[in-house]
Amino acid sequence: MSLGTSDTLVYLIAIPLFSSAFLLLGGRALDRVGHLIGTAASASSFVVALIELNKMLGRDAESRGVTQHLFTWINVGSFQIDATLLLDQLSICFVLLITGVGTLIHIYSISYMAHDIDRRRFFAFLNLFIAAMLLLVLGNSYLNLYVGWEGVGLASYLLIGFWNQKPTYATAAKKAFVANRVGDVGLSLAVMIAFVQFGAVTFDGVAKGIEAGSASSTALNAMGAAILLAAVGKSAQFPLQAWLGDAMAGPTPVSALIHAATMVTAGVYLISRSNFVFDNAPTAQLLVVIVGAVTLLFGAVIGMAKDDIKKALAASTMSQIGYMILATGLGPAGYAFAMMHLLTHGFFKAGMFLGAGSVMHGMNDEVDMRKYGALRKVMPITFATFGLGYLAIIGIPPFAGFYSKDKIIETAFNAGGSKGIILGCVTLLGAAITAFYMTRVMLMTFFGTKRWDSAAHPHESPWLMTVPMILLSIGSITTGFIFSNGDRLKNFLAPVVDKHHHEHETELLAPIVVTGLAMFAVAIGISIALAKYSRKTIPASAPTDVTVWTKIARRDLLQDDFNETVFMRPGQSLTRVLAFLDKRVVDGAVSGVGAMTLRLAGDLRKTQTGYVRSYALLILLGTVAILAAILVVTV
Amino acid sequence: MNPYLPIIAIGAVGFGFAAFSVVAAAISGPRRYNRSKIDAYECGIEPTPQAAGGGRFPVKYFLTAMLFIIFDIEIVFLYPWAVSFDQLGLFGIVEMFIFIATVFIAYGYVWRRGGLEWD
Amino acid sequence: MNAPNIEYGILGPILIVLAAALIGVLIEAFVSRRYRYILQTGTAFAAVALAFLQLVLIRQTSSKAAVSSMSIDGVTIVLQGSVLIFGFLGLLLIAERGFQSFTAQAAAIPGSNEEQKALVSGLQQTEVFPLTLFAISGAMLFPAANDLLTLFVSLEVLSLPLYLMAGLSQRRRLLSQEAALKYFLLGAFSSAFFLFGSAFIYGQAGSTTFDGIRKSIVESGGSDQFLLVGLALLTVGLLFKVSAAPFHAWTPDVYQGSPTPVTAFMAAVTKVAAFGAAIRIYYFAVGGLVWSWRPILIAISIVTMAIGTVIAIAQKDIKRVLAYSAIAHSGFLLTGIIALSKDGLNATLIYLFTYGFTTIGTFAIVTLVRDSGGEVSDLNRWAGLGKRSPLVAGTFTLFLLGLAGIPLTSGFVGKFAIFTAAYKSGNISVVVAGVLASAIAAFFYIRIIVMMYFSDPVEDGTSVVIPSAMTVATIAICAVATLVMGIYPQPVISAINSLAFFAG
Repeated sequence: MSLGTSDTLVYLIAIPLFSSAFLLLGGRALDRVGHLIGTAASASSFVVALIELNKMLGRDAESRGVTQHLFTWINVGSFQIDATLLLDQLSICFVLLITGVGTLIHIYSISYMAHDIDRRRFFAFLNLFIAAMLLLVLGNSYLNLYVGWEGVGLASYLLIGFWNQKPTYATAAKKAFVANRVGDVGLSLAVMIAFVQFGAVTFDGVAKGIEAGSASSTALNAMGAAILLAAVGKSAQFPLQAWLGDAMAGPTPVSALIHAATMVTAGVYLISRSNFVFDNAPTAQLLVVIVGAVTLLFGAVIGMAKDDIKKALAASTMSQIGYMILATGLGPAGYAFAMMHLLTHGFFKAGMFLGAGSVMHGMNDEVDMRKYGALRKVMPITFATFGLGYLAIIGIPPFAGFYSKDKIIETAFNAGGSKGIILGCVTLLGAAITAFYMTRVMLMTFFGTKRWDSAAHPHESPWLMTVPMILLSIGSITTGFIFSNGDRLKNFLAPVVDKHHHEHETELLAPIVVTGLAMFAVAIGISIALAKYSRKTIPASAPTDVTVWTKIARRDLLQDDFNETVFMRPGQSLTRVLAFLDKRVVDGAVSGVGAMTLRLAGDLRKTQTGYVRSYALLILLGTVAILAAILVVTV
Repeated sequence: MNPYLPIIAIGAVGFGFAAFSVVAAAISGPRRYNRSKIDAYECGIEPTPQAAGGGRFPVKYFLTAMLFIIFDIEIVFLYPWAVSFDQLGLFGIVEMFIFIATVFIAYGYVWRRGGLEWD
Repeated sequence: MNAPNIEYGILGPILIVLAAALIGVLIEAFVSRRYRYILQTGTAFAAVALAFLQLVLIRQTSSKAAVSSMSIDGVTIVLQGSVLIFGFLGLLLIAERGFQSFTAQAAAIPGSNEEQKALVSGLQQTEVFPLTLFAISGAMLFPAANDLLTLFVSLEVLSLPLYLMAGLSQRRRLLSQEAALKYFLLGAFSSAFFLFGSAFIYGQAGSTTFDGIRKSIVESGGSDQFLLVGLALLTVGLLFKVSAAPFHAWTPDVYQGSPTPVTAFMAAVTKVAAFGAAIRIYYFAVGGLVWSWRPILIAISIVTMAIGTVIAIAQKDIKRVLAYSAIAHSGFLLTGIIALSKDGLNATLIYLFTYGFTTIGTFAIVTLVRDSGGEVSDLNRWAGLGKRSPLVAGTFTLFLLGLAGIPLTSGFVGKFAIFTAAYKSGNISVVVAGVLASAIAAFFYIRIIVMMYFSDPVEDGTSVVIPSAMTVATIAICAVATLVMGIYPQPVISAINSLAFFAG
């Protein structure tokens, strides 16, 4: 694949970045226009992205990628890192998603955050996020990606803790940050392995190095595992998934943009981008599949037990990303479908989060679904857009989710052997559970009897909020068909993720059978939910006389308890032991050394008498010493 | 023979003579102590006047002495120039004027800031 | 005998500054007091800017000048450029009138009537500007000197104004005068060693030019005792100027006693000039004697790092801490000379360039923290500064991290370059010592940071005074330089690498 160059890529990142800096540095003077500047910056970036897409489609399929060399970042001997941007078929998907959905969410936030005194800061952070995320997907090397990777982590931290006056929110931000750090260790390991093995950290250089066979399979598996660790942290996959639910502490537009549509999918991007590593590292690839499968069920089960609408959606996000990760683990056949699901998910999940935000907006920021009910009449637009998103996520044809999820299930079944059967069943089970908990959310929120507080006066949201929701719901209807019609997206991405044109292997089940099975699973899920939640009235507080399994699911499948028992408690004990050792042994030594140094310092300080005569004597002694030394050394 | 030997010999002779003179004077000289003998310089004239502040010179004296040295050195520098200025030609004249100009700037400063006034 | 040829063009930068200094003396003599300040600052800034312009114009020069007594080559250009930049920043601080840093009459007895009168009428003398210009010209000449006599003259042109400037402090007069006198006496003492050493070298080499010395070392094989004695004495003179142990003792007293703007100027400019001269001597003139001087310098470098960092821990005065830090930095810089390679040369120049900005910025901030009696240099009273003025404390933190050599500050770039060069040249011992000393040094820098942020402010009248734009501009320039050269040092490194060559 030959790469052209472009001079305009940098504007994609520069516009939101400068806007962010401008908004942050501009101070209170910009409070009245900050949100407009922020939105305009994001929209301009989107326009640039559209122009780039247009240019890209004008080139022929094998040479659609373009690069732009910005500057030489580090140049130490043979180690040269360039800050270069790379826009190819894979990145443009992300760029359009980030800027497009991002702009809609900016517009939504104008109204959503209207009463927040820090709205300008909020938009500055959103712009910072857009810039960092674009850098992440546009970097041409692991190191450039790493900069963006840290940037989105920072933006995410700042936005989760945006209302940091509440200690629990600040804690949530910290939790996300720490979990991400664990993942980042993986990414830095991957960069190091790449550099040691291939002497290069660019995607191109690593790919060429692998092709030339300059790395052992162990090294490749290690690198794949390191990349997976990074992806697991960023995309809230098992076992680093615990932060995502708490991350819902951030304002809802943030949850929609960062924790549903874009940042959490960075892991999928990283794995797809590193396809050349995973295609040659079967063990790491298997790990990817396992992580995806476990998370997809894990998230779905948590989703069933949540009464907090945002946490339910967060669990669903976790589970849907599990689908994507699973798909990327299926090799060349899966990348395109992972991307497709990622894009459709970006639309419908962002739309649903915005819907949830709209509900909260109308309900005095109430998030407990048990206090909702019968909202479809008072919030018709929210109901309609949320409903379309719902149909998309559970995979009803012809909505977007159907196309993408169905393809993943199909690919899973075709993975071959017992692996294929297990994965296929897992994805089917996931689809059924998804249908169950999403139906539950719909029923509890929009149907049934009203269970509002007397203080709540639900009302439809203003047009600035509904318009983005409507646009996103149009996306949830149409995108699936557009992408999958004639394998359009798959063929578009093939030059990047499937260079060797793998042919489909044997088909275990005919596509139509798979679709049938999936529909059946979804139907089961919906019926159980209908049976359980549409007949009875829903109690205002969660029932306590439930099975132990429900309790476990409500506690996020004990993920925090697990972390607490396995990491925190032993960690604390270890810390205590270490602190003891540190105090008695190390401190003894250190403070011994420290005390000695201090005493030495004190003693040496006495040479500083302040008398010129002693200074002069010192100089004279020094001179004699030097004279003696130079003669001894030489003669 | 080491070329430094004569220098050492001269040094030794000089030291020996000094030592000899002091010792010889102490042994052979007459000892008659009176007031004028104890006086400084032993020349019979009273050192006058007593310096103020316990024998210290006023700082003004150092200023004047310092100025004298500066301008004296300037003249010293004129000598080698005078010997060879016909060979240095125009260059020599220009450079010497620059040099004198800088000294005059210093002179002007000293004059304007009262460095030449005794009180 | 033919008239010698003087290359006015390439000596232009020095001559411009010298001429401006002389004009400054005339202004002082003949212009009424009202206009002096504005004329003096105008002349000084214009001269430095013009000199820099001329330096940029002649940047490709690589030749000997003034009958081989000077060498205007890439190394000189880089060093003179650094001196001019730091001189300009120093002048900005010195020109700050908001603080009354400078006394009206340096010679007046502390507490005397004359002094009281001058203080009340708000007079500040303006002689400091020509003095600074003389010092700058000396500092430009010092690294350019290609002859022992020129070297000595420039050493004195650099030092004499500094002795005077050290005694100009408005507040704490006695300390300031003591500093000036100490600096002068010890400076004179070390100058004598320097001159004595020059005489020995001349006696053996038969020439005072560096080219002549270099040639004679090649011819004689460099085993002559007199040459070595001369080199040892010369080394003493140079090491005194760079304040390497055991010739460092003046540094804390002088840094503490001098007016802080002068300390800032002195710390940056003297270091550049003295290391510039040292590098030309050790690399060019006596490079052939490397096996004789390298062990000595290694020992001195290690001792200097150790003394600088260890004693700094026990200091309670911020200016003394910074003085010991300057001593430690001299130790680090010596490793660049020890390396004796193109890498070492580059690294030393980069280190000097980055260090100057950071150190001027640090002292500039010291001028801001004040109470009614002037600057507050007692470290304990800096406690809680981070809560009182987060911006100033943040900038100071940046400078301290720069001095400590933490990555993403320019200090790291300099340290990394210089230790790499020393390591490559096989002098591992000095690198190990350097890294250890850096660790100790980081302790006391970070202790100050901790103090600023994690202690509660004491209400004792200490406050941060934000003066005119001049000090603010200095701090801003230094902070930006520290940060930018830390994050993206490549342009500076490349520029210095491509310029730094000696004229043959």
